[in-house]
Amino acid sequence: MALGDQRRGFSGMVVGLRFDAPALSGGVSNQELERRLLEMGFVEGARVEIVHEGLIGRDPIAVRLDDMRVAMRRREARCVLTRPGQAE
Amino acid sequence: MNIAVAPIDHASVAAIPALRMALVGNPNSGKTALFNALTGARQKVANYAGVTVERKEGRLVTADGQAVVVVDLPGTYSLRARSPDEVVTRDAVLGRLAGETPPDVVICVADATNLRLVLRLALELRSVGRPVVLALNMIDIAERQGLAIDMEGLSRVLGMPVLGTVATRKRGVEALVEAARAAFASSVRGASDVWREPSAADLRALHHQAEQILKATVKPPKRPDTWTGRLDDVLLHPVAGLAILLVLLFVMFQAVFIGATPIMDLISSGFSALGAGVAQVLPPGLLKSLICDGVIAGVGSVVVFLPQIAILFLFIILLEDVGYMARAAFLMDRLMGSAGLHGRAFIPLLSSFACAIPGIMATRVIDQKRDRLTTIMVAPLMTCSARIPVYTLIISAFIPGRTVFGFISLQGLVFFGLYAAGIVSALLVAAVMRKLFWRGASEPFLMELPAYKVPDALNVARGVYQRAEIFLKRAGTIILSMMILVWFLASVPGPPAGAVGAAINYSFAGLIGHFIQPVMAPLGFSWQMAVALIPGMAAREVAVGALATVYAVSGEGTSTLGASLAHHWSLASALAFLAWYVFAPQCASTLAVVKRETNSWRWPIIMFSYMTALAYIAAFIVYQSAVALGAG
Ligand SMILES: Nc1nc2c(ncn2[C@@H]2O[C@H](COP(=O)(O)OP(=O)(O)O)[C@@H](O)[C@H]2O)c(=O)[nH]1
Repeated sequence: MALGDQRRGFSGMVVGLRFDAPALSGGVSNQELERRLLEMGFVEGARVEIVHEGLIGRDPIAVRLDDMRVAMRRREARCVLTRPGQAE
Repeated sequence: MNIAVAPIDHASVAAIPALRMALVGNPNSGKTALFNALTGARQKVANYAGVTVERKEGRLVTADGQAVVVVDLPGTYSLRARSPDEVVTRDAVLGRLAGETPPDVVICVADATNLRLVLRLALELRSVGRPVVLALNMIDIAERQGLAIDMEGLSRVLGMPVLGTVATRKRGVEALVEAARAAFASSVRGASDVWREPSAADLRALHHQAEQILKATVKPPKRPDTWTGRLDDVLLHPVAGLAILLVLLFVMFQAVFIGATPIMDLISSGFSALGAGVAQVLPPGLLKSLICDGVIAGVGSVVVFLPQIAILFLFIILLEDVGYMARAAFLMDRLMGSAGLHGRAFIPLLSSFACAIPGIMATRVIDQKRDRLTTIMVAPLMTCSARIPVYTLIISAFIPGRTVFGFISLQGLVFFGLYAAGIVSALLVAAVMRKLFWRGASEPFLMELPAYKVPDALNVARGVYQRAEIFLKRAGTIILSMMILVWFLASVPGPPAGAVGAAINYSFAGLIGHFIQPVMAPLGFSWQMAVALIPGMAAREVAVGALATVYAVSGEGTSTLGASLAHHWSLASALAFLAWYVFAPQCASTLAVVKRETNSWRWPIIMFSYMTALAYIAAFIVYQSAVALGAG
């Protein structure tokens, strides 16, 4: 399930990145977005938890990613596939 | 190359070539603080040739006389460049930057409490073939958290020296320099550069490698930082967080507008006194006019904003160092995003309510070029404080001081309307720009939320000082030349002997005013209004003085300027003049700063054109509607 579709309190593990919608972010290609997500630490096996949501449309979201925190829009978070539950 | 930054006068130093160190690291790793700790006050901020990226270089001399040049490179997560800043970092490290000597040693600056991402960067840096030293900064925080880092183990697997530093206390800084020297001395010259842009698969592999290293050398903290989470529960709360942001902004604006007033008064009376003093000693004539009206009054009208700019930047840098700025961007992203702006554009746009110049300077926090350009382009639409004198004059002269709906002051309502018109049009222009220039594309919003930290007073002070210095330097160069140009237009040629009326009527400005008056007639502008617009290009509030000159000297005499305007202008003309001022690019300094920040004439020209077009259309609509409603 995509991280971008989850609610606050969701916690799980990254299982992959998916880029099926054509050029989700318009400005950058899918390959570029994939590398940016990887550079931020959204790598398979990373632990994620949604800790905050914005006021309008629950967007953007603040995510605990391993031991750091990241702010992102849901649009980008939809590319991050996760499995719920406390892994390992 | 710019070696003569801060001449070192020890004779012995000149013989040994300076060691060049480059600082590379993730954002928020304390790189700036480390740079300050290394170089102290011996630093210079400039721009890289041809790009608008800030270039920070400083020097130091070790106890035994070795000169060291330190370059602080923009923060990055990877050598794979995505923004102009990161291109500079990559090219500087790889030694590809034209006109820059490649660094001898690369210092990889890491936040010791957040090593995961920086270890991957360190692995990447290693492949460049230059000696690398890893500085584990904020080691004090790591110690406090009980984080156990096996530095020797880390050094062994990474194949580079690893040292702990506390930039804010200057701890480990000398050892870092010594380690860099040793690494350079023992390095193999001409080691091959095997760096290539990592693909997604490379990134995954590097990340896993970093992950393994982390597991082997770092034990999780015994007392992890719980403050950041607890503070975020309040500060990122959808309702409470926004309320706190609003309160913060309120305090900031109170400080900017009220706190700065006494010093601003002091500066402006200082400049008047200086002008008057100089006027006493100079013989009357063109030179006196140039010095007093052009240089002193002109530069004075911009320098009065210095206290506001300093206070603004004090807040901005403080919030940035505490780690709050990223939270403000988070809270505002959705609102800004609907207009195609980045969450980080919020603070620069807010600063533009004081003056567009610091606002445009503050757009440097936006790391994506398109988002930054859009923000720069709409910043002057925010109602800056230089418009206030013009608005006040016209509103008090033309809008009756009565209340509507029983309690709302009509004058206040018009004032508010002008502010709102600025904000709404800025959002609309941003949305249109995104459609027009970037074909609807928007950059992804993906940003680290750093752990909260107690800011360091000295670092904050240094940051504010540097901004003030940049502003003053501009006031002394570009802005000064613009002022002289505007003065020239308004004063040359002088009136012929025995001429009647204001001298400005005979100048180029007067000629231009008369020349453009037919074009301005559909807006209800008289030739006097058109003439006053020219000196108003120097700074918006100068138009008030210009109107006074045009009218007061042209005969009518004793009445106050407001009454005189009320006598000469129709209500429709006055409203059109206000509408013009909401949009018109009536500020040469802003255009000059845009040229500086974007490094091309293209954007200031686009800005001038679109703002003039909007001003004309708005004034036209307002005038024609007002006339149709009988206010002509
Ligand atoms: N406790 C502690 N704080 C630090 C240290 N180095 C930097 N800081 C603080 O960390 C924050 C971010 O530092 P800065 O130099 O602006 O980070 P940059 O984004 O990498 O340039 C500031 O509030 C600094 O005062 C350190 O070694 N120890």
